[in-house]
Amino acid sequence: MTVARAAPGRTRREIHEARARKRGIVIASLSTLLVVGAIMLLVPLAPGWEAVQKSFFNGEVFLKTFPKLLQAFLLDVAIFAWCAPLIAVWALVIALCRDVRNPALYPLRLFAILYTDIFRGVPVVLVVYLIGFGVPGLGLPRPWNSPYIWGSLALILTYSAYVAEIYRSGIESIHASQRAAALSLGLSKSDTMRFVVLPQALRRVVPANMNMFIALQKDVALLSFIGPVEVLRQAGVFKSLLANFTPYVVAAIIFLCVTIPATRYADYLITKQNRARS
Amino acid sequence: MTHLVLRSLKKSFGNKSVIDGLDLQVNEGDMVCLIGASGSGKSTLLRCINLLEPIDDGFIELDGQDISDPERDPQPVRQRIGLVFQSFNLFPHMTAEENVMLAPRRIKRLSRDQLRPAITALFNRFGLSEHMQHYPDQLSGGQQQRVAIIRALAMQPEIMLFDEITSALDPELVGEVLDVLRQLKSQGMTMVMATHEMGFAREVADKVCFLCEGRILEQGPPEALFGNPQQPRTKAFLSAVL
Ligand SMILES: Nc1ncnc2c1ncn2[C@@H]1O[C@H](COP(=O)(O)OP(=O)(O)O)[C@@H](O)[C@H]1O
Ligand SMILES: [Mg+2]
Repeated sequence: MTVARAAPGRTRREIHEARARKRGIVIASLSTLLVVGAIMLLVPLAPGWEAVQKSFFNGEVFLKTFPKLLQAFLLDVAIFAWCAPLIAVWALVIALCRDVRNPALYPLRLFAILYTDIFRGVPVVLVVYLIGFGVPGLGLPRPWNSPYIWGSLALILTYSAYVAEIYRSGIESIHASQRAAALSLGLSKSDTMRFVVLPQALRRVVPANMNMFIALQKDVALLSFIGPVEVLRQAGVFKSLLANFTPYVVAAIIFLCVTIPATRYADYLITKQNRARS
Repeated sequence: MTHLVLRSLKKSFGNKSVIDGLDLQVNEGDMVCLIGASGSGKSTLLRCINLLEPIDDGFIELDGQDISDPERDPQPVRQRIGLVFQSFNLFPHMTAEENVMLAPRRIKRLSRDQLRPAITALFNRFGLSEHMQHYPDQLSGGQQQRVAIIRALAMQPEIMLFDEITSALDPELVGEVLDVLRQLKSQGMTMVMATHEMGFAREVADKVCFLCEGRILEQGPPEALFGNPQQPRTKAFLSAVL
């Protein structure tokens, strides 16, 4: 029998953990290989595979449509880029309105409650339709009939309702003793909110908000229903043109290239935060 | 001269009466120690004096002026009364210096540059000059609590309230915080302090009050209260903690 000897500078526990880690990696790699291999072997055996491959995973179509689709995706990014900061600000306004306790400002509070209830209760795509088709239907002059404006507004209004709730949960998560400490110094309620509660609350909800904004980046594609030729719409055009679904797969891959790293990063932030708090 | 007067103070949470017709006088420059079992209402009393908790009935007079009128804005009063908590409650997203500067900057409308000399002097006086730029989580409990005291002092309050400020500290850090209180006492600060540090109360207090069921059951100079308690419940409490 061999006795595990402690290498210089390593404890027995460290040696054990290193070994267990190595074993884990090997087992995980093998089982993944097995599953992926099985899929790659078995799926092509399906009777309809050839047809599916031709219409969804067509290499030629992929190469031909990719540059144009990538370009169209830049429009998605642009729409996201102007919506996101407006959502961040408008949601904060809503969240603060919901917290006002002054009776004279009760209408603001009522408005914020109704607002979040309504916009969280209606599917995004419906809001996009209603505002995106409805408002330009009023016959406004250019540029006020642009679907970009009203489509973006629909996204901003809807997402602000969710983000406002996230802000509020952050505000409520700040311990009452922080507020007490600020008030006991003689700070006003609004200064207490602005300098003590909000800075901590906003930091705490960064991961949750990141998930919201990842969802927003995907939902920008809903604007394709009311006009703008962004990536989903462009893929649809190619599909009709080439009678092939590969452009949709290309579009999906482009989205994933952005959303997967962002999601991983948000998860990383959440884990880090949980660890810091425990 | 009497500085702070509480007259038949009442406070309840729901139907649970916590302060029940309490009277207290605090003279200028005095250190008054509140002792009593956990749950006897010490924290609630201090929070009421600072107007953090609205009182139900009775009067609080500071310098001869009724500060407890529920119709009046409590904010200006709180600026005159410093309160330090058991759990420090520093703002974790600000450095020690920012913690201290926030209230004077916002309330007295002084700039950082105007405040810096006086605040640096406070940090020096309490042995924290190297820690001004540190965040609370980079400081020990004793250092955090001293920053919290400086934060309250920076508003130049007329009276300071301390709520078991050494209870959350490791035993070896208690001394450095109590030293701060000794300094304040020697400078003539009026102080009310809830504490379990009986030795300290005996040494520094001008008056010790035993709280029981929301009232002051017995009070007097420390020699009398610790040496010769009159009430059976005071005796029982003291023999349990001493
Ligand atoms: N915010 C509150 N809501 C309800 N009950 C409270 C609240 N604060 C304190 N109490 C109750 O008041 C009593 C006195 O508490 P406290 O003032 O903290 O006592 P002490 O500081 O002497 O331990 C306790 O029974 C406590 O449960
Ligand atoms: Mg207490």
